[in-house]
Amino acid sequence: MKIIINGTETETLYRTAMQLHNALFSDTDVIVLNGYQISDDAELNENDQIYFGKKNVFPNMKELKMIMSARDSPFVHDKLKGATVGIAGLGGLGSNIAAMLARSGIGHLVIADFDTVEPTNLNRQNYYVNNIGMKKTDSTEEILFQINPFIEITKYFTKIDENNVFDIFGKCDVVCEAFDSPFAKAMLINALLEKCPKIMIISGSGMGGYEDSNLIKTKMRIKRLYVCGDEINEAAKGMGLMAPRVSICAGHMANAVIRILIGSMR
Amino acid sequence: MNTLKINGNDVNLVSPIMLADLLLMKNYNPEKIAIELNGKIVPKKEYRNVTIGNLDSLEIVSFVGGG
Repeated sequence: MKIIINGTETETLYRTAMQLHNALFSDTDVIVLNGYQISDDAELNENDQIYFGKKNVFPNMKELKMIMSARDSPFVHDKLKGATVGIAGLGGLGSNIAAMLARSGIGHLVIADFDTVEPTNLNRQNYYVNNIGMKKTDSTEEILFQINPFIEITKYFTKIDENNVFDIFGKCDVVCEAFDSPFAKAMLINALLEKCPKIMIISGSGMGGYEDSNLIKTKMRIKRLYVCGDEINEAAKGMGLMAPRVSICAGHMANAVIRILIGSMR
Repeated sequence: MNTLKINGNDVNLVSPIMLADLLLMKNYNPEKIAIELNGKIVPKKEYRNVTIGNLDSLEIVSFVGGG
């Protein structure tokens, strides 16, 4: 039977993960079978991908790359690795979406923002005190490389308008609209709908305050446009943006990206 | 009976109306929305040129601030 052991295609006679572990990898303590970490024994089948690793050992870059791809579900990995995803705006939504997509193994992220990190951002955005004063594009890039050193990042420190949308996001499979202002949201989405007929768009709309988490939904509102949020609760005086709902909405958006790329989104 | 549909809801028009006027009447800010008319995107610059009647179906997405 042919299986893939630690990234290498191997012919094996062992029938279960534990048989293989006890025979050849008894010094390891992590077993990941087809993207899922197992503790009980499991039968091995043709073309299975299995990874054996040690805890508390710092891997070299080659090992790290193999380990990280072992943790992805095999069927999903190639589709995400080959994808280019745009993120317009690196605030509460965008900075969190970027981190989640980097963790998920998206191959190429195109990130755009014109702002720098301020102390007021830290209540919900994926930045740290040592990022204050830095361009959000630079901070995000730094953080993403800490999460996934194998990701490709294209960054634009610029304000997005109707005239540069195509140059910035024209090669993306999916673009996440993660702006703050409703006018900017509408501008970007209309420009993408009009000028980039192949790109799928995911917009965040309505995640202010501390309303019920379950109001936040993912809906296909018009062809090629998914809207995530409650579509009602805007950020306003007395109802600012807070980390949980912004993160929930960012999670909806990142999951919509993954579902579109894998082809499970209707 | 044939009626205009806006986001799935029936709206009975007395007579055809310019899209820009319909938006005004229904309190939509044209700078904060995206529109699909009968399955096709309506570019913003067409809002003053497109006439809406009772056989049409409109999806109007309004964006709210925060992100």
